[in-house]
Amino acid sequence: MKPLLRRLRAELFATRTDTVLSLALISLITLAAFGVLRWAFTQAQWAVIRVNSTLFAVGRYPVEQQWRLWLLTALLVAASGATWGLLRAHPRPDRSGVLWPRNDRLALVLLVLIALAVPAALGLSLAIASRWWGLTVLLILCRWLAGRFGAGLPASGQRLAALVWPALYLVGMVLISGGLGLVTVSPSEWGGLMLTLLASSFAILLCFPIGVLLALGRRSDLPLLRWGSVLYIEFIRGAPLITLLFLGQNILGFLLPGGLAPERVWRAAWVLTFFAAAYLAEAVRSGLAAVPRGQLEAARSLGLSYPKALQHVVLPQALRVALPAMVGQFISLLQDTTLLSLIGLLELLGTARTVMANPAFLGRNGEVYLTLAVLFWGCCAALGLGSRALERRLDPHAVPSAT
Amino acid sequence: MGINTISRAARLLLLALLTGLVGCSSANEAPGSPTMAKIRERGRLVCAVDGAVPGFSTVAPGGAFVGIDADFCRAVAAAVLGDPGKVEFRPVTAGERFVALNSGEVDLLSISSTHTLSRDAPGGNALSFGPVFFYDGQGVMVPLASGINSLRQLAGQPICVESGTNTELNLADRMRELGLAYQPLRFQSGEQAYPAYEQGRCAAITSDSSLLAAKRSGFKDPAAHVLLPDLLSKEPSAKVTVQADPAWADAVRWITYTLFQAEESGLTQANVEASREAARADASQAERRRFLGIEGDFGRQLGLPADFTVRVVKAVGNYGELFERHLGKATPLGLERGLNRLWTAGGLHIAPPFR
Repeated sequence: MKPLLRRLRAELFATRTDTVLSLALISLITLAAFGVLRWAFTQAQWAVIRVNSTLFAVGRYPVEQQWRLWLLTALLVAASGATWGLLRAHPRPDRSGVLWPRNDRLALVLLVLIALAVPAALGLSLAIASRWWGLTVLLILCRWLAGRFGAGLPASGQRLAALVWPALYLVGMVLISGGLGLVTVSPSEWGGLMLTLLASSFAILLCFPIGVLLALGRRSDLPLLRWGSVLYIEFIRGAPLITLLFLGQNILGFLLPGGLAPERVWRAAWVLTFFAAAYLAEAVRSGLAAVPRGQLEAARSLGLSYPKALQHVVLPQALRVALPAMVGQFISLLQDTTLLSLIGLLELLGTARTVMANPAFLGRNGEVYLTLAVLFWGCCAALGLGSRALERRLDPHAVPSAT
Repeated sequence: MGINTISRAARLLLLALLTGLVGCSSANEAPGSPTMAKIRERGRLVCAVDGAVPGFSTVAPGGAFVGIDADFCRAVAAAVLGDPGKVEFRPVTAGERFVALNSGEVDLLSISSTHTLSRDAPGGNALSFGPVFFYDGQGVMVPLASGINSLRQLAGQPICVESGTNTELNLADRMRELGLAYQPLRFQSGEQAYPAYEQGRCAAITSDSSLLAAKRSGFKDPAAHVLLPDLLSKEPSAKVTVQADPAWADAVRWITYTLFQAEESGLTQANVEASREAARADASQAERRRFLGIEGDFGRQLGLPADFTVRVVKAVGNYGELFERHLGKATPLGLERGLNRLWTAGGLHIAPPFR
């Protein structure tokens, strides 16, 4: 207790000015927090979220096909748990080999609390609530198994395990859209958080390779390649995303004969991809600029071909430098998906608009927007946490841990 | 497969020949509508709705589109395809609705779109408007306790309005006409304007009457606010199709009239089947026999089945039923029918004769 008090005093109440400022700010923050909490617990009518929870989660996805989404969630949860455990079983040299560090224990408690609180708050039926609990148990089980037995996995096995994620993405696509014996669910029926995550993950995954190629093209010695990349990047960066989305939605229909234009959802996802790629290219270029020219020259003089030198020497260093900027780009991409509501897609914000217009829930704007804010914050925080963990893993200067 | 293709080609050839012959022989044959052909081939109607207008089109918790605009889509699907469920709803926003229609992305706009000259004319948006489906107008809402009951009493008072809209211009026009000074309190969006009005920051708020009534139902005490009898503008809205397909526009027009005529004839979702059987047995009900497709070939002239009227009414009911189900007194919106009554009841909706 003593050190905490001393720290508070040193940081908040050191001088008279500090004390006045601290007291003023603390009382302001307390007042605001109290106001929000009082509203949330006494005035807000949360039925609008409870009743429409499925709509917010998956949009108009047909009820009798929703088991496919539960299955996909279970697969994702299992893969996440296994990955988490494997990472702990194969710590970097700078990390202690502890299987359950403090952060993991905290995360575990948090997950269990969420699994208990969310179904209760939403008033979900026992059948649905038990699926939530089942998913949590599955996560912990996979985490434990991979942590316990993962250490024996050889390096080749680890590389193979990493391939689970792209494979899972393809499986997820089939589960969501149908085909291969499953009933087709048209993209016009996708919505809610699912559509937001699908569109943003699609764009994030595909904009990365395109962005790297554009950045390399921009630094290329071939004029055609260089000017092509510059033209593309500057054109995209000069146009607001919403105009590009409108172009994609409405002009493709004129240009291509009927039926040839891809589904609206995919058009929007591709526009997001090409848009993000231009910005990502600039982030990667900043990383490339940070790698001294000597690195490439040294690699070439060792006899590495240009692509090999890029792959093994230049890009790993450049991407590490560009990582924070790239993740910032991904986070803003996730938030940019709200623009899809302006072209009539029912992603999270579009769903919110239609829910707030439902005659039974008119005037419930505060509840809906607050829920949206929490959901978006959760997704962005997860991205941020993941990127920081990745940065630590890639940091070559990390001091080896004492234990 | 091969035989199928051949027979399809043969049928197409025959069809082409027939249309060619018919084109010069008789004006009585149904003209082909490319849109309707496309809808039949695809097996469903692609119908644009706004998706976020209370009572007109929203998404219910179960994922179904509900509202009077959504039900109109179902009526058209019932008439053309025989199944009100064969609709693909396409939410589009006000800004892109006409482009979506003209680019062929959607078959029909079932969105409150005010019929204006520039939207209709070939030199303007070149659209085709059906009969007026909903008469709206810009209204003014005031707190009941204020005792205000006409625009004149708002002189010098602050009035909440969304900035950059026709609403704002209409208000300015009317107040200038009346020679009244007032303080417009402009807001970027309705989500800011209505809470401000409810908190008493302005003496009145103005927007489309139906929207005012809808927003009022979300207030803490809806009964404490009233709409003034004055209207600042007329906003007759209609269903929209492309001008390039007049046959399709005609079909949509007469499906709309079917809803009006069914109400006028006392035909409802519940009794339309029984009424048809009764009319079939009773040759003296000439008008009803024509309307229900027992006599004459009116459906075929439109390129629709003979009994399309029965299908429409069975699918969604008549206009009165639609209004009461989504907008009327029994709903949270509680709109008066007002101008949207039939002409026989003092309103403006009238169906020309089905003959």
